[in-house]
Amino acid sequence: MSVIDLVPYDEALAAYDPVMGLEVHVELGTATKMFCGCSTELGAEPNSQTCPTCLGLPGALPVVNEIGVESAVKIGLALNCEIAEWCRFARKNYFYPDMPKNFQTSQYDEPIAFNGYLDVTLEDGEVFRVQIERAHMEEDTGKSSHIGGATGRIHGASHSLLDYNRAGIPLIEIVTKPIEGAGSRAPEVAKAYVAELREVIKALGVSEARMDKGQMRCDVNLSLRPHGREEFGTRSETKNVNSLRSVERAARFEIQRHAAVLNEGGSIVQETRHFHEEDGSTTAGRIKDNAEDYRYFPEPDLVPVAPPREWVEELRAALPEMPRVRRERLQGEWGISDLEMQSVLNAGAIEPILETIAAGAPADQARKWWMGELARHANESGAELGALPITPAQVARVSELVAAGSLNDKLARQVIEAVLAGEGGPDEVVAGRGLAVVSDDSALGAAVDEAIAANPDVAAKIRDGKVAAAGALVGAVMKATRGQADAARVKELILERLA
Amino acid sequence: MTDLIRNTAAETAAAIAAGEVSAVEVAQAHLDRIGAVDEKVHAFLHVDTEGALSAARAVDAKRAAGEELGPLAGVPLALKDVFTTKGVPTTAGSKILEGWVPPYDATLTRRLKDAGVVILGKTNMDEFAMGSSTENSAYGPTGNPWDLSRIPGGSGGGSAAALAAYEAPLAIGTDTGGSIRQPGAVTGTVGVKPTYGTVSRYGLIAFSSSLDQGGPCARTVLDAALLHEAIAGHDPLDSTSIDAPVLPLVAAARQGAGGDLTGVRVGVVKEFAGEGYQAGVMQRFNESVEILRGLGATVVELSCPSFSYALPAYYLIAPSEASSNLARFDAMRYGLRVGDDGTRSAEDVTALTREAGFGPEVKRRIILGTYALSSGYYDAYYGSAQKVRTLITQDFARSFADVDVLVSPTTPTTAFPIGERADDPMAMYLADLCTIPSNLAGNSAMSVPCGLAPEDNLPVGLQIIAPAMADDRLYRVGAAVEAALNNQWGHPLLEEAPAL
Repeated sequence: MSVIDLVPYDEALAAYDPVMGLEVHVELGTATKMFCGCSTELGAEPNSQTCPTCLGLPGALPVVNEIGVESAVKIGLALNCEIAEWCRFARKNYFYPDMPKNFQTSQYDEPIAFNGYLDVTLEDGEVFRVQIERAHMEEDTGKSSHIGGATGRIHGASHSLLDYNRAGIPLIEIVTKPIEGAGSRAPEVAKAYVAELREVIKALGVSEARMDKGQMRCDVNLSLRPHGREEFGTRSETKNVNSLRSVERAARFEIQRHAAVLNEGGSIVQETRHFHEEDGSTTAGRIKDNAEDYRYFPEPDLVPVAPPREWVEELRAALPEMPRVRRERLQGEWGISDLEMQSVLNAGAIEPILETIAAGAPADQARKWWMGELARHANESGAELGALPITPAQVARVSELVAAGSLNDKLARQVIEAVLAGEGGPDEVVAGRGLAVVSDDSALGAAVDEAIAANPDVAAKIRDGKVAAAGALVGAVMKATRGQADAARVKELILERLA
Repeated sequence: MTDLIRNTAAETAAAIAAGEVSAVEVAQAHLDRIGAVDEKVHAFLHVDTEGALSAARAVDAKRAAGEELGPLAGVPLALKDVFTTKGVPTTAGSKILEGWVPPYDATLTRRLKDAGVVILGKTNMDEFAMGSSTENSAYGPTGNPWDLSRIPGGSGGGSAAALAAYEAPLAIGTDTGGSIRQPGAVTGTVGVKPTYGTVSRYGLIAFSSSLDQGGPCARTVLDAALLHEAIAGHDPLDSTSIDAPVLPLVAAARQGAGGDLTGVRVGVVKEFAGEGYQAGVMQRFNESVEILRGLGATVVELSCPSFSYALPAYYLIAPSEASSNLARFDAMRYGLRVGDDGTRSAEDVTALTREAGFGPEVKRRIILGTYALSSGYYDAYYGSAQKVRTLITQDFARSFADVDVLVSPTTPTTAFPIGERADDPMAMYLADLCTIPSNLAGNSAMSVPCGLAPEDNLPVGLQIIAPAMADDRLYRVGAAVEAALNNQWGHPLLEEAPAL
């Protein structure tokens, strides 16, 4: 897609210092829209969740959603921001067919939260502090579907369909200060920041923050400057980068592209860019010079928002444990390394593990199952770990059966497979398939004798004191009992007989 | 039957409640009057005959069933075409909304219907309430019933003319810079701009959100009070609506009609005089001040120096807000659509529609406002205007520490001929010189007839200004002046208007 040859990443970083700004929009999970009583439920019939206010009909007026304000304050507090004592909404004026009023009710120079930071942990455990400029409240626009063009973009389309169900859904826009000093790790910092922010949002319970559903969208602003220079270079704004991996790729691509342009003596155009999932490239959108003028002014249809201090302090006191603190606590409790903790995080296994522990399983067992058998399964099926058709309580039950000696590892894996396949809960599977460890000596004795008889040379080695050779006979017995034997007991019986 | 249209709202409501006349008869009498004279006056953009008769029938049925009727049940009303009416066309006087039928009622419309008021139709107005003569209506001007070749004021000229032409005993206006009071003054009727935030704006098609305020228009102060009480009150759908009880306005009007203003302190704003004020207007105003004195009020002259900046501040704030409020008229969802032939882009269709659908004054203000809000100019224009607004509010606060109400002429001149100021926006803007400060400060004000200017025999209005949330003072003082003048003349002023 790119018309220029990218500069190799390391080469780009050898010459330039990247500066990033990340703008994240989070759709709040409120039941109703920001300024009217319409439902925010996703997936409804187009334009069925609209009213005079969110359609921008003449005469209609907005009323602020109090839960929206509360969510914004919570986010601000979680991001270590100051909370405005008094702030206003502002109108951001521009024309676009999917914006019913042709202005967006937003906040301008008086955001509800400002001057914060978020500490993010990088893959090697290093902690990077991202400074937060502001978090402000605004409303989402409607959604345009451009029909008839090749790209799905407005260019070349024969007509467009407008769905205003999304118009007016509450958004919180969170803007970082320029992120400097990350060097070659800038793309990693970007990804880690968005991931951490997502965890914070989820922990607060203010949004599901699903990037795949557009509930969280990220714009990556990036510029390069030669090492040693203070002033920033011209930035590009890559819009709507909608997965963690894409955030990292977009930043990486832009670093290489900017370097290529600068190396050739060119200058970066201040423009928006589209990110392409297929090849990780970006292409030019619209030119965005500083002359773009939204003619902001205070929204006269809304009264100022003045969160009372006592209320803010109540919300602060009621904040849940922040994800990073919680992760550190759990890592300590579970006694695992940074690397192991990182893979738990990457697998999205924290919640399932915790729920499994809550259902009675020991921590190491819970972690073992979710990070082993189940993670492998999730990987293969492409599903989220939490979306697998097995409950933490069921995993805990399997672990309990193993601890009680009723199942061995191999059988336990079979049970898990069967539960995932929809054969029912662990106890049903055990009963239905007749899976249970055989540790009854009389039943095992015959199998052991057969194995010894069938493998005289192995038996001879064991008699000669080569105890390690017993493994082969144990294997034979396990095979004969279709895995249902208690392997430890089998070994004991073999050694008894060949002593 | 003539009496049915000449009765006051209070009289009509009483007659209906007593069974002396049916609401349907009253509605029909007014519809007949409209049929007879509105071709000349052009007060109405849309007459809702069926809706009016059906509302009237409902009132009669209620009465027949022995249910209690509200104080305005069955009284006809002319509604400014800037409030949405479910199922009834609403244009705000603009081509761009031609044919639009709103799917919802404004809160004010809802309250009128709930009160059993019979809405006769929608009245003519300057496009999007931008103007002082109703000449800016996309649907042609309205004539002043005192002299059909003259303007009835604006923007609510249709509502005021409907009252003066006996087409309705009550009307609704909106006042952003004087659009209720100035038409009241030049048609010899009563108009009140309530305290900002006391009458819901939900369903009022916005011109300038921080200034717009709906309010009552009537032929008498008492009727205005009855209507004011019916439409006022907190509305959760309007964030700027004040959550406070409605003041006892009818009681204040009845008290004032008793004629005793002993202890009332009246301030004359000295800035509201001088160049540009018609001699006959000043003469009637000065006589009114003497009447106030005669009723027991103490009168002092005081100064509000910031008022001289009110007009420029207004012409920055109002167009700025309008430029944003009117952005929604883009041909995408409702109203006029021009040029949609399948070859043009959405942007072109929007541009063509706005070019064809907005009149020159609206365009002028959109451009003005867009400019004033532009980055680099915002502080100098919009920002400074907001500071002036604060100064004006402080001038009022200082004055109201010393007096209960302020008085002035409502507008510097009597009704001017249609077309006279059409090409001179600045001259047109001067019509609102005395009314604009109250919009900027958000307080309440009333215009009440105070006689005819000797040089042209046209009505003059006395403006009474009260602090925010003290609208009751307007009714007390207004009713006292009205009673004294009617007594002096031997009849209401409007009876001197020529027959149509």
